[in-house]
Amino acid sequence: MDRALTLRSTTVGIKAIMAVTGAVLFGFVVVHMLGNLQLWLGAAAMHDYAVSLRKIHGVLWIARAVLLTSVIAHAASAIALVRRNNAARPVAYKHARRDQATNYAARTMPLTGIVVALYIVYHILHLTLGVGVAAHDPQNPFNNVVHGFSDWRIAGVYIVANLLLSVHLFHGGYAWFNSLGLSNPRYAGMKRMFAVGLAGLITAGNVALPVSVLVGAVQPTQETFCSPELGPCAAPAVEPVR
Amino acid sequence: MELRSNVPTGPIEKRWEKHRFDLKLVNPANRRKSTVIVVGTGLAGGAASSTLGELGYNVHSFCYQDSARRAHSIAAQGGINAAKNYQGDGDNIYRLFYDTVKGGDFRARESNVYRLAEVSGNIIDQCTAQGVPFAREYSGLLDNRSFGGAQVSRTFYARGQTGQQLLLGAYQSLSRQVNAGTVKVHERHEMLDIIVVDGVARGIVTRDLVSGEIRPWLADCVVLATGGYGNVFYLSTNAKGCNTTATWRAHRLGAAFANPCFTQIHPTCIPVAGDYQSKLTLMSESLRNDGRVWVPKDPGDATKDPRTLADSARDYYLETRYPAFGNLVPRDIASRAAKKVCDEGRGVGPAVDGERRGVYLDFADSIKRLGKSKIQERYGNLFEMYERIAGENPYETPMRIYPASHYTMGGLWVDYNLMTTIPGLFAAGEANFSDHGANRLGASALMQGLADGYFVLPSTLAGYLAGFKGPRIADDHADVKAAVGRVNERLKRLISAPKPSRTPDSFHKELGRLVWDECGMSRTAEGLRKALERIPALREEFWNGVRVTGTGEELNQTLEKAGRVADFIELGELMCIDALNREESAGGHFREEHRTDDGEAKRNDEEFSYVAAWEHSGDLSKPTLNKEPLTFEYVKPSQRSYK
Amino acid sequence: MSKKLNLTLHVWRQKGPTVAGDFVKYAANGIDDHMSFLEMLDVVNEGLIGKGDDPIAFDHDCREGICGSCGVMINGVAHGPRKATTACQLHMRVFHDGDEIWIEPWRAAAFPVIKDLVVNRGALDRIVQAGGYVSVRSGSAPDANSIAVSKNDADLAMDAAQCIGCGACVAACPNASASLFTSAKISHLSLLPQGGPEREDRVRRMVLQHDAELFGSCTQHGECEAACPKQISINFIARMNGDFIKTALTANSSLKSREGQ
Repeated sequence: MDRALTLRSTTVGIKAIMAVTGAVLFGFVVVHMLGNLQLWLGAAAMHDYAVSLRKIHGVLWIARAVLLTSVIAHAASAIALVRRNNAARPVAYKHARRDQATNYAARTMPLTGIVVALYIVYHILHLTLGVGVAAHDPQNPFNNVVHGFSDWRIAGVYIVANLLLSVHLFHGGYAWFNSLGLSNPRYAGMKRMFAVGLAGLITAGNVALPVSVLVGAVQPTQETFCSPELGPCAAPAVEPVR
Repeated sequence: MELRSNVPTGPIEKRWEKHRFDLKLVNPANRRKSTVIVVGTGLAGGAASSTLGELGYNVHSFCYQDSARRAHSIAAQGGINAAKNYQGDGDNIYRLFYDTVKGGDFRARESNVYRLAEVSGNIIDQCTAQGVPFAREYSGLLDNRSFGGAQVSRTFYARGQTGQQLLLGAYQSLSRQVNAGTVKVHERHEMLDIIVVDGVARGIVTRDLVSGEIRPWLADCVVLATGGYGNVFYLSTNAKGCNTTATWRAHRLGAAFANPCFTQIHPTCIPVAGDYQSKLTLMSESLRNDGRVWVPKDPGDATKDPRTLADSARDYYLETRYPAFGNLVPRDIASRAAKKVCDEGRGVGPAVDGERRGVYLDFADSIKRLGKSKIQERYGNLFEMYERIAGENPYETPMRIYPASHYTMGGLWVDYNLMTTIPGLFAAGEANFSDHGANRLGASALMQGLADGYFVLPSTLAGYLAGFKGPRIADDHADVKAAVGRVNERLKRLISAPKPSRTPDSFHKELGRLVWDECGMSRTAEGLRKALERIPALREEFWNGVRVTGTGEELNQTLEKAGRVADFIELGELMCIDALNREESAGGHFREEHRTDDGEAKRNDEEFSYVAAWEHSGDLSKPTLNKEPLTFEYVKPSQRSYK
Repeated sequence: MSKKLNLTLHVWRQKGPTVAGDFVKYAANGIDDHMSFLEMLDVVNEGLIGKGDDPIAFDHDCREGICGSCGVMINGVAHGPRKATTACQLHMRVFHDGDEIWIEPWRAAAFPVIKDLVVNRGALDRIVQAGGYVSVRSGSAPDANSIAVSKNDADLAMDAAQCIGCGACVAACPNASASLFTSAKISHLSLLPQGGPEREDRVRRMVLQHDAELFGSCTQHGECEAACPKQISINFIARMNGDFIKTALTANSSLKSREGQ
């Protein structure tokens, strides 16, 4: 317990906690995006993917618990550091300090962090729970997504949120090495490339989905699905299959 | 006054060892009952405080800077000598001893110099163990270079920041003792007087530079490691805050001041650019290895673009006058030669007060011969520094250099134990006079500061403290109150001059110019007499007309300056008195009247082979001269020749 | 040759630690562009004393960029616009005739203002006191060449050891963190075999002291590195973090018990 205390009670330790939890969430984002890309494989693939996630029963809940813990630890650490950092300069510069090296991503970390947190809540309400979505069908995640993204306002929210997420991931991915002390001078120049590359790929994938729906490349399906893993099936289709 | 040097007898290589054995020790349990005050946190003061703290004494350390790490030892660039013979080029303790005595133009005490050479190796061991990142070879062993014309490579260095790294080593040791509770460092505290009880130094009076509080500190003995007095010239390579107040206050109370006229001028500094100039910046002497020094033959060419002047129009005066050593002649010779050509009106660069004071240091030939990249590799950081300050690119136009005051060999007279003529008052490092004679060799200042602090004082101070039986005193003791009263009185006079009209800096500039002209690189009886007429008048004008704004009860940098200038004025007078008295040329002291037929310095060993230890008589213009004769049993005096 | 500049200065004036301060406007006319920034302030101060006004207080000493005494925010940038240059080495030729210059003290909870542009940087000393040294007694050191140190390590240690302790990293950091300062000292010593035995102890104690002084945390903005007059690399912070995390995860109780010392 002593050891954890030292981590939790120091700036370096808190940053390490943020780095580790950030890495977990980063990893989740990668996997999540790869899963979502199955949208392009069609409704059946999406359905099967959803079912397969449920089949590995305990794991899903463990994963959810880890993710939730990470989000909470990440956010709590961020709040603790922001408060601490504000207190470290109680009297602000009257003639504003001019940044010499800071990039947009670093400067907006707390802001993009908050946006991403709100976006996660919205995303879960919208697609996982289907709150306020009349046509939400747990058996048909494909249609849930496509219907959602067909509305340009919802697609816009996703696109903007993902762009901000990428900004957050870029600085996170870059700072991650330093926070954990994994910085070998020889590879120092590659940290930025790594961060740009990974954040770029994730954004490209995540933004491509709503865009492909908006431009009509992906259309809703008429297929219906019923797998008990995804809960009770909806009432039989109104129109019989022709 | 009787000067007892307390030098041990016997073979020189056994003297320190024997002396150390003869010195009494202080029982560990009694050490924490002894309080030692160390003023100054440079190499000597920092090293002494940390070592004494480690031994268990109760140490109070003082510095005027905001941190002990900022003492001016930090600015030393070149390196530190030690007789390690790691290069196997024939160096040994005796050779370093010999070179130092000879380099000092036979005006230093042999026993002290031998001790310095003897402990030099331990210094390198000590600093390496502390984590000083000395330069290394690919083998992982320590690198050395030859410095200042030495014929062996005995100089250890840490890039161009050797002083910084050694000081940080001492500062870290000091910090360790602060953490251990044995040393208390009082930053932003300036020592303004010494408390002498029954003829024995028992404490100091300080001014807290933030609150202005004046208060006494009592101890069993006091160490002054407060550096040199080079700022008497106003413009020097010293830090702005360097001052003589501590040593001068000690002198006023009875400590003899030795050889104040022995000041060192460094030949390669960036010249003065204007009357606003506040300090001079030294460029490593190593530049003379590849740069050629010249001035135009015709004064009319002084303002022309140097690149357009043909070789036939240039006077490479060092190469023609000293063909054997050329541009690498010792510091004093290079400096005087530069002054001479500028006096002839052939100086270059901007005219300040109607004079051009600068000579070219030209790398064009070296760049042609070795390529720009090689020169960049050797001197890149120095060229960059020059460009930053002078605003000219030395790869394209020749650098301009001029000599500047750099180090003062003179200082408080001390015996072999580093004790001044006031019992219980010790002086270490540049503040004392002991080891460099009339001229200091390159890379020896760092060596002396650390030798005094790490190795000499801890032994000799114990010897003193073991026999110390002073009475217990408290702040209400009459002598303590008197010292505090003196300080308050003096500050009051500074703040309330009858006709405040001039800033402390303007007095300092005038004094500096005067002392530089008449008691700088070369001196004449006539000029010194002129200065001795002017200085007392200047002193009077100062006390009558210095303008200090604000009060004494706050951070008041003008008041700090004023107090320091007041002491510099008094010291400047003593410098000129000493220079006038010393009818010879030796090392940094060059009297125009005393030179050989070909214009070089001429010593007078018959009459002046002594240390001039001046005692305050109550009349600043008439100090009492005491002589400590110098005898040379090992290194026989000879004429220096670099022709 | 030299040019003359007429400038408008806005200088932070503050009587004492507990008194409110503000910018005061001064005209600095006829400033020679070969002057250093501090010489320019000297000229202004001589004028102020001449008028019987209190001159501007600022810390300075060596004026050759090595003691670390000087340092002010110049137009919002620590030590002013020139890279790798302390305020004392900044020359007026980087400014133009008619420029307005804003001069403000370092600002951090750990650096309280003493007067005008002078701040108290004692917190940096206390970080070093917490463990920034090798515990070796005078006179007990082995021969300097008894331990070979690879040139790479020695050079890298020197890169870190160059820190002048001016506090510009703290002043420039959006979080007023002293991570660069702290990590430079830790790295300097931990890169050398002489500093090895105390390595774990040192990083723990120094990081704890850094935090106790109310400095902020590092968020990898890189402002410290950009402001550092000695161009000390932010990679040393990573090195410190790695050392700290490793010892935090593996420390035993005897190491922990030394933290309070």
